[in-house]
Amino acid sequence: MTLPPKYRILLIGGSAGSMAVLVTLLNHFPSPFPIPVVIIMHRLKNVVSELDKLLSVQQEIREPEDKEQLLPGKIYLAPQNYHLLIEEDATFSLDYSELVNFSRPAIDLSFASAATVFGAHVLGILLSGANSDGAEGLSRIIAAGGTGIVQEPATAEFDVMPQAAIDANPGVQAMSVEEIIHVINNISTENKS
Amino acid sequence: MVEGISHSDFTDLVKIIQQRYGYDFTNYAPASLKRRFIRFMAYKHINSIFELKHRLLNETHFFQEMVQYITVNVTEMFRDPSFYKALREQVLPRLASYPNIKIWHAGCASGEEVYSMAILLEEAGLMDRCRIYATDMNAANLKKAEEGRVTLKEMKDYTYNYIQSGGIHDFSGYYTAYADHVIIQPALKRNIIFFQHNLVTDQVFNEFQLICCRNVFIYFNKTLQERVVKLFYESLTSLGYLALGLKESLLYNEERVKFEPVNAANKIFRRKT
Repeated sequence: MTLPPKYRILLIGGSAGSMAVLVTLLNHFPSPFPIPVVIIMHRLKNVVSELDKLLSVQQEIREPEDKEQLLPGKIYLAPQNYHLLIEEDATFSLDYSELVNFSRPAIDLSFASAATVFGAHVLGILLSGANSDGAEGLSRIIAAGGTGIVQEPATAEFDVMPQAAIDANPGVQAMSVEEIIHVINNISTENKS
Repeated sequence: MVEGISHSDFTDLVKIIQQRYGYDFTNYAPASLKRRFIRFMAYKHINSIFELKHRLLNETHFFQEMVQYITVNVTEMFRDPSFYKALREQVLPRLASYPNIKIWHAGCASGEEVYSMAILLEEAGLMDRCRIYATDMNAANLKKAEEGRVTLKEMKDYTYNYIQSGGIHDFSGYYTAYADHVIIQPALKRNIIFFQHNLVTDQVFNEFQLICCRNVFIYFNKTLQERVVKLFYESLTSLGYLALGLKESLLYNEERVKFEPVNAANKIFRRKT
């Protein structure tokens, strides 16, 4: 039997229809959580957003500033109108370049960036959404030896995003929300030993 | 397609560009710059780092095209309306007390934020006492900025931003619309000077009451941010203002003790003394 991988970062991407699922996942997060969590949601730009506060029910969720260090147990939300990248020294780098997949933040960029830095120690989860952002990113995570999970398309409010990831890479695992919660809870125990 | 660049290839590329063309990307934030290199390679259908190096070493025009492509030139009018609202309410009334106001827009790209500032100054009745120095390292950007040309499809967003920033005039009065673009009213340009300045290598050139450098620092590493904040400190009058992008910070900067926040959420700082 192969040992379960030791994850060093968890990333969650989502778009249309993902908010309720994200809230459910966050409500089931064990606290303290042993690794950093990065959430990338498609969002409007140039409007005052309190998404970080809305999500901060059980624990604080914050938008990182440029050059901020990723810390275990912290939950970060990609800020509006920036791409969120990760540097080799595990600090955030923001990027205000062209939209990718009509999106900024783009899930693909954060996922690929984490795969470059953390290799096999990345767990990427992609939820409901109406475009194919994240598919390429999950493929990059899997190619680097990490784990790529999508919300079972039949259970997603919009199945385009998880389905695109499944179509792009046979290594992607489709799971129900309950199964995803189980995986997240296992990270916690695995890292305690 | 190339998906990643090794550390040594990346260092080589930066060195070639520096030695051959004088542009120093050594202290740029690597994650973003690597991505720009890869994106440029895809655009030019270049399939190996070797080929990229070869062309950089042998084709001068190739680099001109590359520098245009790898530097980020994305910008918006009234990006982050809350910032412009804070400028209107907290900064411009203070600037009004100076007989001559000098403002530096560092890294102005194609000028959309410079024209946003010009509109604020016009509405505050300060334009005729003002001089805006708008600089960028990229000559092609400055040419575009001077033309005051903005694509038409963006104007709906920009009008919304303008209103959110506290604008009460008819935004369409600030430009003339054509089939697919608009031209900013030339009168707004009367006190703007566009010229080339590279924050990495160039020095202090004047003294300002306000420096805007928004979403430029994110492409720099901490070492380069340190240098540029020093440059800004030395370029500001006593109690002069420094405005950064909303997610940029002086937190990781030794010079931070020389500044105080004026509006922390909108990243407006002021030089102490």
